[in-house]
Amino acid sequence: MLRYIFKRLLILVPLLFGITLISFVVIHLAPGEPTDMQTQMNPQAGTELQERLRVQYGLDQPLYVQYGKWLSRLVQLDFGESFATDRRPVFDKVVERLPVTMLLNVLSILLILVVSIPLGIASAVRRNSGFDRVTTMLVFAGFAMPSFWLALLLMDWFGVRLGLLPISGLKSLGYEYLSWSGQLLDRLAHLILPVFVSALGGVAGFSRYMRSNMLEVVRQDYILTARAKGLSEKTVIYKHALRNALLPVITILGLSVPGLIGGSVIFETIFAIPGMGKLFYDGVMMRDYPLIMGILVMGAVLTLLGNLLADISYAIADPRIRHGQQEG
Amino acid sequence: MRSIFIGAVFLLFSLSACDNPQEASLPGVEKVLTPEYGDTFIEASIGDASTLLPVLASDSASSDINGLLYNGLVRYDKNLVPEGELAESWEISADNLTITFHLRKGVKWHDGAPFTSADVKFNYELYVDPKTPTAYAESFKQVTRVETPDPYTFVAHYEKPYAPALISWGMSVHPKHLLAGQEVTKSPLARKPIGTGPYKLADWQAGEKIVLEANPDYFAGQPYIKRVVYRIIPDISTQFLELQTGSLDFMGLAPLQFDRQTDTPAFRRLYNKFRYLNFGYTYLGYNLKRPLFQDKMVRQALAYAINKEEIIEGVLLGYGAAATGPYKPDTWVYNADVPRYDYNPEKARELFQAAGWIDSDGDGVLDKDGRKFAFTIVTNQGNDLRSKTGEIIQRRFKDVGVEVKLRVIEWATFLKEFINPGNFDATILGWTGGPEPDQFNIWHSSKIGPRQLNFIGFKNAEVDQLLEEGRRVFPPQQRKAYYDRFQEILAEEQPYTFLYIPEALPAVSKRFRRVEPAPAGIRYNFTQWFVPAAEQKYSR
Repeated sequence: MLRYIFKRLLILVPLLFGITLISFVVIHLAPGEPTDMQTQMNPQAGTELQERLRVQYGLDQPLYVQYGKWLSRLVQLDFGESFATDRRPVFDKVVERLPVTMLLNVLSILLILVVSIPLGIASAVRRNSGFDRVTTMLVFAGFAMPSFWLALLLMDWFGVRLGLLPISGLKSLGYEYLSWSGQLLDRLAHLILPVFVSALGGVAGFSRYMRSNMLEVVRQDYILTARAKGLSEKTVIYKHALRNALLPVITILGLSVPGLIGGSVIFETIFAIPGMGKLFYDGVMMRDYPLIMGILVMGAVLTLLGNLLADISYAIADPRIRHGQQEG
Repeated sequence: MRSIFIGAVFLLFSLSACDNPQEASLPGVEKVLTPEYGDTFIEASIGDASTLLPVLASDSASSDINGLLYNGLVRYDKNLVPEGELAESWEISADNLTITFHLRKGVKWHDGAPFTSADVKFNYELYVDPKTPTAYAESFKQVTRVETPDPYTFVAHYEKPYAPALISWGMSVHPKHLLAGQEVTKSPLARKPIGTGPYKLADWQAGEKIVLEANPDYFAGQPYIKRVVYRIIPDISTQFLELQTGSLDFMGLAPLQFDRQTDTPAFRRLYNKFRYLNFGYTYLGYNLKRPLFQDKMVRQALAYAINKEEIIEGVLLGYGAAATGPYKPDTWVYNADVPRYDYNPEKARELFQAAGWIDSDGDGVLDKDGRKFAFTIVTNQGNDLRSKTGEIIQRRFKDVGVEVKLRVIEWATFLKEFINPGNFDATILGWTGGPEPDQFNIWHSSKIGPRQLNFIGFKNAEVDQLLEEGRRVFPPQQRKAYYDRFQEILAEEQPYTFLYIPEALPAVSKRFRRVEPAPAGIRYNFTQWFVPAAEQKYSR
């Protein structure tokens, strides 16, 4: 097992290198340069400012030199400085936005799991019942609904009309003066709508997935065996069927690891949440190469690690895979 | 906490509304109140500030905030006439080549250090330093030499008279004692600014909010509003929802919001709405290097084919004015007597015909020498007003037999692939200006190079001369002669079809008094705004 993990980790290195190379080239293929963004169509800025910036950013050098320099800094875990006018280290910019995004994503994944697993099981067990049909309809409606539209409706309803929940942001204005419990409540109140809206699409997809998994498992011979043994329906479903139906959840969780640091632009924009999605989007729009590369690299590392983690946990959870490996 | 805030506000408003209904509805005629200190002014910004060093900042969020943190030597007053800020007074030499500023005494930086002429000299050097990546060096480059005869006198010498010189010293002054000998792009002041302005930075939560606090030692007296909070809310629908709950005190409204969505008693009870013309206009610019647009008559015909009123009505819901040139109608430099091109499709067809464009094959599109009159208008993505304007123009051009395609392109690509290489037929864009009428960079024939602002390739010897001379004389009355003629030529030549000037449509909470619209807008006297103690909403 350890050898297997070590081998997988080794493969990650060239893979990561390839990813950075491709991303770097692709980003530079996009038309426009950060210097255009900062100087053009500005009646005050002369063309020499553009040249000056190009030199300061090192954009006057050939692409392979730029890549080499960037890579040699990356190896020392230095992501470089942003090309935005603030020129702050990319690492700082990412780190100040990461906690919010991760908090939201973790809460949203938890909500998705908590809601959609029971929902999926219930509709599978009562397949084609009225309950199944209603949930199916609701779930598809939730899936089809544009999240920005739903968000605005909810904000208008709960924020403006009822005045129950804050509309946007993460904290109220007087946050610093609240007691710790008040601060906690304030934080929670601000999180309710964003978490709900961001989880909705996931609930829709995941509960469908759970339902079909469950239906698949229930059809297996060992379930028939369990029933033939005379076990109660409850034991059959929750003990024999559920554990097997839950296996693919591991893969999904593994795949959602990189999603933890990725945000959604639309959603962050609407709720005025300073998260990773907006940071990345603005970076792309401004052609802020170091920032884009920094976020892509972090995302790539997490994706690769997430996949590895999923594979390992799969092996641990599912004896069939574990044994299959030892034979081969 | 939030609900307590809101509850308190409603209480206050219902009280004040009962006590003196006059006050709530007619801010202009209310009885004169003595200003009181306190309260917080909250507004939203669609983007976070990038840097609070004005020399580096080029985004509007940073500029707005920097305007409260820093001062220049001079500024525009409510009537857009330069007045002293850090300079108490100034003299311009008879030959217009030297400006002597007499600086205000006793001004202190936010850290307590005294402000002197050495700061002003350093500031000039900072802007013109080739290592400083600033967008604001151009006007300071006209300066040949500066002097500081004593700590409160600063002299700037010019080689040629330069009319925008005086107001160019309105650029924010940076502290020498914190920046000298350092690399400005690495300075910590970008996040922890030290200025001389009416407000100091209190807190900056990246992407979330920026909090400013009144500077008790401000040379013109402590501002009445104790705190200013900029909340970063990138979506204007969200901003509008926040405004409706009373959590924002200021917002620039969209025409639709101004016109339809704020016409409720609840909104009128909380906010005053204002409207005035912005500095800036939207235009349809023709690439004059293309054979299609070489003929002046063709450009005039196109101008006649466009119904500007319809665009203003459709795109701005009427909240704008038709543009006839680069200046707005309520300024001294505006020339009202230029040829106008009121919508007249008949006239357009006549002019096309005179220029040799007729629909000879009857397919509904004009042609000449076997070539159809068809072209593409490009504009940038993310500006809804421009793409809608394009659609309306497309329709009207079709009426007179001109086939137009519209392409909307992401900004970076738009610049790189279309504007910079001159690879476009016509474009819808806008310019934001200011009270200074100098238009050298946009219209002078020396500015047609790659990446320069005269990208449509306009060349006119008389305009060149007018622009050169217009920036050499100082008194507005004399300058006006040059710019009047300049506007006539532009109207005659139609290198752009000037389309419209949008209005600024701000809503301001009724708590704030002394909000008095003037040619300069409403924010020029922000430090004088106050909230009567009984109506103050935020006590801390």
